[in-house]
Amino acid sequence: MNNSKAIQVSGLTKYYGDLLAVDHISFEVPQGQVFGFLGPNGAGKTTTIRMLTGLTRPTEGNACVLGYDLATEITRIKKAIGVVPETSNLYDELSAWDNLVFMGQLYGVPRQERGERADALLRRFRLWEKRNTPFAKLSKGMKRALTVAAALVHCPQLVFLDEPTTGLDILSARSLRALIGQLRQEGVTVFLTTHYLEEAERLCDQIALIVKGRLVALDTVEGLKARVWGRATVEVTVGPSAEERLRFTAEDVVTALRLALAEAEQQRRPVLSVRTVGPTLEDAFIELTGLSAEVMLMEKGNQ
Amino acid sequence: MWQDDLRGITYIALKDLRAYYLKPPNISWGILFPFALILAFALRQPGEMRDLVPGLLGMTVLFGTTSMEAIVITFERRIGALERLMLAPVSLPALLLGKVVGGMAFGLVTTVAVLAVAVVGLGLWGINWPLLILALVLSATAFSALGAFVSVAVREVFEAQTLANFIRFPMVFLCGVFVPLAAMPSGLQLVARCLPLTYAVEVLREALAGATFWTAGADLLALGAFAVVLFALAARTLATRLD
Repeated sequence: MNNSKAIQVSGLTKYYGDLLAVDHISFEVPQGQVFGFLGPNGAGKTTTIRMLTGLTRPTEGNACVLGYDLATEITRIKKAIGVVPETSNLYDELSAWDNLVFMGQLYGVPRQERGERADALLRRFRLWEKRNTPFAKLSKGMKRALTVAAALVHCPQLVFLDEPTTGLDILSARSLRALIGQLRQEGVTVFLTTHYLEEAERLCDQIALIVKGRLVALDTVEGLKARVWGRATVEVTVGPSAEERLRFTAEDVVTALRLALAEAEQQRRPVLSVRTVGPTLEDAFIELTGLSAEVMLMEKGNQ
Repeated sequence: MWQDDLRGITYIALKDLRAYYLKPPNISWGILFPFALILAFALRQPGEMRDLVPGLLGMTVLFGTTSMEAIVITFERRIGALERLMLAPVSLPALLLGKVVGGMAFGLVTTVAVLAVAVVGLGLWGINWPLLILALVLSATAFSALGAFVSVAVREVFEAQTLANFIRFPMVFLCGVFVPLAAMPSGLQLVARCLPLTYAVEVLREALAGATFWTAGADLLALGAFAVVLFALAARTLATRLD
């Protein structure tokens, strides 16, 4: 095991009956990085997290998490990781403070320390005023924040965040993104799945793309974008009254511009402005996953 | 690792008691239910109450341990909170044992309330107390393991209740609670010998009559065996959910 790797995955595979959910994926996550694990719905993201956190057994393959073997040392792994599942699943009947203290108890945090950790996390997540409120009575954003806090009570070295900002309001999502940045600064490795490509672009050091259970790309954000640099995108704004932006991508700028101008001509609308656009992570995502823009829109609609 | 498991069992049981079992509506239901039964029998057959005490105690342990526990486990599975426990550094059997201990504690509290009223109200003397305590603890363990097995075998809360009732009510009529085993047809006696409540009622009857551990040994062993087998089945069923 290489100590500089937080996660080493080798040929990890999961079948549910005849359904192949994850198909022989292999990758490594360096320590201290924010690692994005992206893909469309049903691609195998959550199944991969469930395997790496001991919630489901791989059908084939193995992994090392923080130097511990997934097949034989799962309890050691569980002690050293924090997990924020897709759903906020703390205990409705317990207060915010009691939920955090219970998590500290389960992970063996000493009595005095767990109280201090619970206090500190409640303040950090701006939940101090709600410390005596039952989990069931918190707002959706507060529940999400408390679920993240619960994953941090035992100071894990690696945190799995499964769609952490889905369903959050803008402010809560922003503060959660800031927290991910802080965790990275503190040397905590973050394994992040998200539908928000802008979020991944802003936060992740490396991104793996998974489609239909198979890993189709693994690179830095810039590396992924560079893979679609060979194509050019031109954006024209057409008028006159209701301004609309038309985007055309082609092998080169001139061809893309011709396509844009032809479309404006066909619509009999004056061109107000023209600009070339560099590839975004979304462009790379569409190109590398083979998904159409329409599917991407549907994916976003499901968020 | 055993320290992790011991800690897990303790805190999971305490959390369940606090979050679910010790809520006033649950305590009042847990105590009212057996007392309603006792009152019904007391009004119907006031002269035979002494004979019915072992059966009523057995029923109280059975319903006290299984009713809430089946709801708690299925409810937590449904909302994903059980998965939260499965993420903690606690083995699956220890997690389940924490749930079983919570159910046992609730069942024993309600049974002790019934026992206290029976002892004082009916003037029961000459009880072999150590045997009675062991009998109640073993019965609560076996029935709580049964409750755990039922709740991990199904998906929904109502399914757990249906399956639990499907097992509990035939037991009440077959296991010597109302009708002595010897008075039943031999075929039904054979069925009764395959059910844990039979041994619970027998050993409780022996303890209340002041019998020795030696006399009650076979019943205690049978209850212990039921506890182990039912717990193993529950743990195995929960483990298959990981595949």
